[in-house]
Amino acid sequence: MKELSLHLLDVAKNSFTAGARHVEIILEEDDAGWLTITIRDDGRGMAPEFLARVTDPFTTTRTTRKVGLGLPLYRLTAEQTGGSLDIESEVGVGTTVTARFQRRHLDCPPLGDMAGTIALLIQGSPDVEVLYRHTTPRGTAELSTEELKEILGEDVSLAEPEIFAWMQDYLTEQEEQAAVEVPPASLQGGF
Amino acid sequence: MKSLEELKAIRAKMKAQMEVRDNDENTIRVVVGMATCGIAAGARPVMTAFLDEVERRGLKNVSVSQTGCIGLCRLEPVAEIFVPGEEKVTYAKLTPDKVPTIVEQHLVNHNVVTDYTVGAYE
Repeated sequence: MKELSLHLLDVAKNSFTAGARHVEIILEEDDAGWLTITIRDDGRGMAPEFLARVTDPFTTTRTTRKVGLGLPLYRLTAEQTGGSLDIESEVGVGTTVTARFQRRHLDCPPLGDMAGTIALLIQGSPDVEVLYRHTTPRGTAELSTEELKEILGEDVSLAEPEIFAWMQDYLTEQEEQAAVEVPPASLQGGF
Repeated sequence: MKSLEELKAIRAKMKAQMEVRDNDENTIRVVVGMATCGIAAGARPVMTAFLDEVERRGLKNVSVSQTGCIGLCRLEPVAEIFVPGEEKVTYAKLTPDKVPTIVEQHLVNHNVVTDYTVGAYE
């Protein structure tokens, strides 16, 4: 995957398939280049045995194939930057996946298109409530489906192409204002 | 600057259109594979391109949705198109620049774009 946002799109989809009613996607960036991505859901959760091997590529809930690469690739990407992946989960309560990335690390992919990612997640599961917040030292990009539904009412779905286009444009503007320039990766100590 | 106020205007416009919307039996469905394989191969911009193109053309009888892995990982990004009364068509190795052609030819004019279908790659 060439962007962190693509990993996020892939991993966050698990929350929706786990039957969550609420999904929170929180990105926090600090002055030192650390980015923490938290995906929190109230889906069905995982049993301790499953949780223990969930980042093993040969662990999956699907029945058609024995491979699941979303979380293993996410963990690998986080660890390659000097960061980490933590997963907390409880059956019947939900799951929280927290990943830390050092954005200045040479191996850290760019964040990529967060606006498109969030808009697509919402478009794909219009009945789930999504709260998105991306905080950087420069500002905050934010979107809440509960807020959108208050305006749209019952009969206009968040899956409609018109609403998708609005969400994408709205978030793109907010992301541009909050975006932090990541200094070129330091080569010291390497090569 | 995009605002929540603007969303209210979109809502009013859409509510007016909804009265004339075709019923579900006539809806053309576009389904894009968005599992790990699809996303890694570039399904996100393809999905976005379908939504943008449907919105731009104001097609009211088309629904665009996402699905998991269809089992053609090496041919991703893949999209399936279901036109009522016609056979399902599977497009493979899609890129955003192919999407407007598919929307115009297949969704509007009902001509399958055979150069982009799975058959062209198998």
